[in-house]
Amino acid sequence: MIALLTRDLRLAMRAGGGFGLGLSFFLIVVVLVPFGVGPETALLSKIAPGVLWVAALLACLLSLDRIFALDFEDGSLDLLATSPLPLEGVAAVKALAHWLTTGLPLVLAAPVLGLLMSLPASGFGPIVLSLLFGTPALSVIGAFGAALTVGIKRGGLLLSLLVLPLYMPTLIFGAEVARRGAEGQDYMTPLLMLAGISAATLALLPFASATVLRVNLR
Amino acid sequence: MASFWEYANPLKFMRTTERIFPFVTWAAVVCFLGGLIWGFFFTPDDYRQGSTVKIFYIHVPSAMMAINIWVMMLVTSLVWIVRRHHVSALAARAAAPVGAVMTLVALFTGAIWGQPMWGTWWAWDPRLTSFLILFLFYLGYMALWAAIDDDDTAADLTSVLCLVGSVFALLSRYAVNFWNQGLHQAASLSLDKEENVADVFWYPALVCIAGFVLLFVALVIIRTNTEIRARRMRALLARERQA
Repeated sequence: MIALLTRDLRLAMRAGGGFGLGLSFFLIVVVLVPFGVGPETALLSKIAPGVLWVAALLACLLSLDRIFALDFEDGSLDLLATSPLPLEGVAAVKALAHWLTTGLPLVLAAPVLGLLMSLPASGFGPIVLSLLFGTPALSVIGAFGAALTVGIKRGGLLLSLLVLPLYMPTLIFGAEVARRGAEGQDYMTPLLMLAGISAATLALLPFASATVLRVNLR
Repeated sequence: MASFWEYANPLKFMRTTERIFPFVTWAAVVCFLGGLIWGFFFTPDDYRQGSTVKIFYIHVPSAMMAINIWVMMLVTSLVWIVRRHHVSALAARAAAPVGAVMTLVALFTGAIWGQPMWGTWWAWDPRLTSFLILFLFYLGYMALWAAIDDDDTAADLTSVLCLVGSVFALLSRYAVNFWNQGLHQAASLSLDKEENVADVFWYPALVCIAGFVLLFVALVIIRTNTEIRARRMRALLARERQA
């Protein structure tokens, strides 16, 4: 499992576009928003938590089709399926690799972008916390979507259509944590709900991903 | 007593459903005409809402069906996964567009009612929002069916999507409660509550609900049978090409 993880990480770093692309996309979306709504600080700081969350979600979405598609095309996914490692484990490791290359950089970059969006000082902790607890769910749900569409040519658009509704609860709680934090309110309840969603999806969705991968490899 | 699972045989399913199809269709027509005419012309106007209350006869049944059709798809998907009966998967496929249209009808009639009553076509109310999310789920489900060529693969993948989607749809339903306060009134047709809508409105509404259910059954029957025939034709053509 560790070998698979390091392989995926190495591929993401060396093949180009893995690490940097999601992050740059995150940056660009956040930078575009002030052009769209105007540079008023009060307005920007009000919408900052939501914009950061939606941008993080879109950045995650962008790199989803890389999780299984390349391995499916060159046949390494067949080898992984016949290896002693259970396919559930493969799905979980792939999601973890996606999180390390996309989710974690987003978490680390969020405070800097918060600065650009003139996020109130009390909002920095909560936005990092909410992304830290929320992005694993985004990666695992995304891996399920990627497993569903792996056999489809040009499945990228379909992938977004399938995955975005599944992202809704994560987005609701994540943005709520960030918003409450920015307004200086107590954000424990939505944070716990968010952590609950992440834990549940981490535990259950790899099984669903493995099931649909088996169907697609048939 | 014949087993229910006999209807997993496409031939048996088609024979039986084609026999009951005209009855279901005509019953749906009668219920629609009866319920809507009764509701529109022979019930009093509400003392506060005036005649706009009558949109309720379409809004409530379509909203009920939108949810129940998803539940029906969930059950048939489970049957497909567990027992691999093709009719079951095809019925789920046949039901999805009907469910999507019901969701749209509920959303549109709600907007038409909301404009004079709430002063707005749309509000980010939990019920409205979860219905919009449900509509997105229907769209994704249908798009996945359409995107995959192989029938069995498509049935498997959409079934799993339906199961996972149901969990997330339910989760969204309660998450949006947390996210925003509601403008929509509470359920007005619960079976277990004292305060329900008055009987004068209740009986025609029941007839309308029956009409919607019958219409749905008729549509699913005809769509499933069409799909079975289309598959049989494809199989025959493929055999001919090989021969």
